[in-house]
Order: sequence, then structure tokens, then C-alpha cells
Amino acid sequence: MKNLIALLLLLTLSFGVVASEAVELQEADVDLSDNDSLQRGAQHFVTYCLGCHSAKHMRYLRFALDVGVDQKKMLKDIAPEGASIYDQLHSAMNKHDAEKWFGVQPPDLSLIARSRGADWLYSYLKSYYTDTSRPFSVNNLVFPDTAMPNPLWQLQGEQHAEPRKTIYGEYTKLVLEEPGALSEREFDLFVNDLVNFLVYVGEPVQLERERLGKYVIFFLLMFLVIAYLLKKEYWKDVH
Amino acid sequence: MKPTRLTECGNWVLDRFPVTKFWNDHMAHYYAPKNFNFWYFFGSLALLLLVNQILTGILLTMNYKPDAKLAFDSVEYIMRDVPWGWLVRYMHSTGASAFFIVIYLHMFRALLYGSFKHPRELIWIFGMLLFVALMAEAFMGYLLPWGQMSFWGAQVIISLFSAIPIVGDDLSLWIRGDYVIADATLNRFFAFHVIAVPLVLVMLVFMHLVALHEVGSNNPDGIEIKDSKDPWGHPVDGIPFHPYYTVKDLVGVAVFLLFFTTVIFYMPEMGGYFLEHANFIPADPMKTPEHIAPVWYFTPFYSILRAIPDKFAGVIGMGGSIAVLFLMPWLDRCKVKSIRYRGGIFKKALFLFVISFVALGYLGTQPVTPVATTLARLFTTIYFGFFLLMPIYTRWEKTKPVPKSLTRLHSLEETLHSLEEQLPALIEEITELKPVASEIGHPAFKSSFFNRRPNPGGMINVISRLAKKAKGSLD
Repeated sequence: MKNLIALLLLLTLSFGVVASEAVELQEADVDLSDNDSLQRGAQHFVTYCLGCHSAKHMRYLRFALDVGVDQKKMLKDIAPEGASIYDQLHSAMNKHDAEKWFGVQPPDLSLIARSRGADWLYSYLKSYYTDTSRPFSVNNLVFPDTAMPNPLWQLQGEQHAEPRKTIYGEYTKLVLEEPGALSEREFDLFVNDLVNFLVYVGEPVQLERERLGKYVIFFLLMFLVIAYLLKKEYWKDVH
Repeated sequence: MKPTRLTECGNWVLDRFPVTKFWNDHMAHYYAPKNFNFWYFFGSLALLLLVNQILTGILLTMNYKPDAKLAFDSVEYIMRDVPWGWLVRYMHSTGASAFFIVIYLHMFRALLYGSFKHPRELIWIFGMLLFVALMAEAFMGYLLPWGQMSFWGAQVIISLFSAIPIVGDDLSLWIRGDYVIADATLNRFFAFHVIAVPLVLVMLVFMHLVALHEVGSNNPDGIEIKDSKDPWGHPVDGIPFHPYYTVKDLVGVAVFLLFFTTVIFYMPEMGGYFLEHANFIPADPMKTPEHIAPVWYFTPFYSILRAIPDKFAGVIGMGGSIAVLFLMPWLDRCKVKSIRYRGGIFKKALFLFVISFVALGYLGTQPVTPVATTLARLFTTIYFGFFLLMPIYTRWEKTKPVPKSLTRLHSLEETLHSLEEQLPALIEEITELKPVASEIGHPAFKSSFFNRRPNPGGMINVISRLAKKAKGSLD
């Protein structure tokens, strides 16, 4: 018995040993039922991301229907000029140029929220800092040596990294050096809207799925009750 | 009564085709022990999942494109543009994981109640072949979405074949059809996944059931119910499978579907275990992910592979960890089947085995660290120890006497009822009256329950009694 307890202890210890994360992520406030936030996010995406990144699995029409935007308004306010409502969110940049300018082709962002997670995206977009050793003079705390320049620097301003020491160890703090067009709070909301939109784009059916789930589970509960009563009736003479 | 046209038609068919005989042999007149418990739901659930996988699989193939350039996008097309495609895809992906949960529990049931022992060795062998075929099916199916984990997982596993001396490199090249995982591999895996392996699975399920119905089901007491029969030749402790177990399994199906649909509708990725996060990135042969982990149901075996330092020895170890299961009927020398009447040493060994299996599974999802490797080696030793030492420790097992006929099973209501009766005495024991009953306050709070306070001595008594009971059930 003693061996067993020792083993169990070892097992619980192993959970602590194996996990370690470099940077603590900030929490994004994702709310897919917030249509205004999704619309703002879509606008930000088209303005700041679509230049280089596509979201080729998403159609303007699907967004208009899901979020409840009038199709004409969608084309006028959100989609880039000349886009059709049936189009997918394709980037205008061509592949060869992209590779020449950035070294890699900017990835499609349709599923980025599902592979990276909302918190990672939120923290990543906020964690750029000045680093003159890099080709675009910026580096990122969450994704070191990222190939992407900071598209939001005019809004956020310029940050620089400061090493800090505490009793728990060393960490890097980002300090705003030169304020941008948005205040810190406005910028947080801006990034949050963008992340909210990306989470939606990752799986547009999410809200519908959760809405339907309630009915399915209710039906199954009813079915369980009936099946159980049926079983009890059949089994009452089995001893 | 004059037969109608319809019954005449029916009889015409029945005279020529033995539907009634088949139904009676396998359902209405198939006698099953009447004391099946929780563990006996998983056979029928596995069948349900097989049907689910086949039906949703057929629907998926209608829109999926087995082409390295189109595969990833076609899956996203199913998720977004095909009506109800997302539901079908989640049913298939969640079904795959649920299938393994159900099968692992089904196999564990066999270990608990000795269902692999004489005369059911062949049922166990067919079951193990099913398990291997299911793993092949799952492995090949996982390549089809053509995500990063699909690609690199397959790359790692197929490259294992190259560890085989002399023919290894040629063999892995032959399996892939290319020097890396590529379009050729995707196409052949698609062929195997949608037709070849499913045919094998269905055939093996058929043989598994035929073999089972020939010798009859085992039960939680591990007694052969055919040994005591009534004057009509039916087992005294048996009841017809239909309607008794069809209605009972219906309850099991309802409970299972509650869990299944909760996952489908509320957590289809299951925190990255059912659908891995990295698999939402299209396969890229030029970019190796930092951490390649197979899907959770392969991780115990993957852990064994990584625990063994030499690559070829690791492959042998991984293969051996599955092959050794085939030998169960001959490794276990104890005559008693059910864990209810077996000795403490087997109970402890089985407990250790379960711990090591779960721990290996967890370690397989984690990146390699020195500590993790040491732990994996420890658990691998326990895993193999359970099987290879079995002929020794089961020979001298101190078993309890096995009853002649089935013991009565307490129904859920009875258990609840007896608990309800014990409750006041239990409260009496773990609490004590407060010294001064307060005079103020609502009369409802003056009932005996609110005038009591916890009694540490009583609690310790109850806990030690429970612990003794738990230990007693182990020995």
C-alpha cells in the first residue's frame, strides 16, 4: 500500500514538472453575441489586416447574415471597395511580392483563433516593442522574432521593453514610450474587437451550435426518462 | 382470421429467408445473464458508434477531397458551407474519440470479470483484432484533414517502419508512396480509411458476435449460466436479450448520447484533445511543429515508444505492448474469472496497471523532459510487469469461493433507499448537539439539524470505517 501512495504522489508531482510557459498571456474578453463589437472587428480587420492576410474561408454574405448587417451597408462600410457580397475575404497582395517583402507568405487567418487561441492573439497584438536589431525595427514578446511588422503602431504608439526584477525572478515589462492615436483603454478595446471577430471567423457556426445544443440535450433528457420507465416496466418481474 | 395480402407477402419472404430464425437466435431467444451491470453497456455502445462513424463518414466523403492541395480547404468547406456539415464533421471527430473511450472501457470490463478466459478466448482474440483494426482506421483517418498534426503525426509513425533493419527504409517508402508524406499517401490512406479497413471492422464485429453468441455472455460473477438450466432448457439465471437488454441498453444509449452531444455542441475540440489546435494549420512539409503529439487515444503506446532509448527497441516495445494483450487468456493462470472472487494481488496489479496506462497516456501528450522520461520508463515497466509476471502471481492467488448461481444485484432504487435509511444515523454520528439551543431565530431553524455542530471524533470514525471497507474490497 505504501508503494501505491508513493506512486500516486509521484504522479501528481509530474503534472507540475512538465508544464511551463514563457510569457503569461492576457485575457481577451470574447463575446460572440456582441454584434457591434463583431462589426467593428470586421472593419478593423479589413482596414488593418486584409492588406496582407486573407481569411479565405469567410464570405462577406455569411458575415452579413450572421451578424445582421444589411448587405448594402456591409459593402459600403466593411468590405473593401469593389468587393462582391459573395466574395471571400481574399487579400489583394500577391504571393511573390509577399515572399519578397516579408520572407514568408502571411498566413491565412480564417482559423488562426482556433490554432492559437483568443488570449494569445490578444496578447500578441499588444506585445510589440522597439528593437532596432530586427528588419522592421520591432520585435514581439509573445512571438519572439516574428516576421510581421506592427500594423497597429500608429494606434498604440511605440513601446519599449524594460527588464524588471522581482523576488520571483526576472521578467520583461513593456512601457509605452510615445503615445499613439488611441488611449491605452481605447487600444485594448480595439484589439479586443479584432480578436472577437477572428474568433467568430474561426468557426462562424459557434453560436448556432450552442443554441441548438440546448434542444438536443432537452430531447435526450426526455428520452432518458421514457427509456428508463420502459426498462423499469419490462424488468419488474426479473428477480 | 384470413391472412391479408401483406402478411402473405411477408410469409413468402420468411419461407425463403431465415429472418425469424436469425432474430430468435441472436435476440429474442438469446439468453443473457440477468445481472449485467454498468460495465456491460459498452458493447452495444461500440456498435452504435460504429454505425455513427459509417453514416457520418459516408456523408463526409460526399464533400471531402482526397487531394493534398484541396483536402484542408474541403474540410473547412464542410464546416462552413455544407448545410449541417459542421454537425456531421463533429459527430465523426467526436465519435472517433468516443469510440476509443468506449472500447477501452469495454476491454477493461473483460479484465475485471475475466471475459477473456476459457471458453471465450476466441472472442477476446477477435476483439483484439478489432482493436488493432480500429487503431489503423483512426490513424489513417487522422491524416485526411491534412493539418499540421495530421501530417507530422503520420510522418513520425510511418518513419518508425524505417527502424526495422535491412528492409526498413524501403518498407516505409513503400507505405508512403513517396519520400515524405504526400498526395500519394493521402490517397491511399483515404482508400483504406473509407473502404478497406471498415470492411475488415464489420467482418470482425460479425465474428466477434457469432463467437459470443456461441458460448454465451460472461457476467459480473464470472459463472457459466448454462451450467444450471430449467426443464425447458433455458438457463435459470438467463433472460432473453430482447426485450430485456434492448430496453436496458436504450437507457445506456440515452445517457451516452447526453455526454456525446454535450461534447459535440459545447466542446467539440475538448480542450485540444479531440481536435488538436495545431491541426487547424494546413500541413506544411517545410515547417516541423515544436511538439508533435498523437491524438490522446494513441498516447499510452506512444509514451512507451519514447520511453525506450533505442528506436528499433522502442518500436518493438510499442508493438509488444499491444501484442501482449492478445496473450491474456494464457497469461492469466487463475481459474476464477470475476474480480469479485479473485485474490488481492490481482486487484492490486490491475489497479497499478490502470494507473500506469492513464499516466502513460498523459505523459504521451506532454513534451519530453528528463523527469517525464524517467516516469514513462517506470510506468512502462509496470505496464509490462502486469502482463509478463501474470503467470507467476496469478498461480498462487488466494481466491474466494465462487457461488453456484448469480448473486442478487442491488438496483439503484434499493441502494438509494438503504442510503436514505442510514442517513439520520450517520448525521447523528458525525455531529453533536450544540450545548445551548438559541432561543431567537425562525422556528424552522430550530429543527434538530440546525442545532447540531460537526463532531470531529465521529467523522474520523466514519472515515476510518469507509477506508477499512475500501481496503477490504481490495483484498
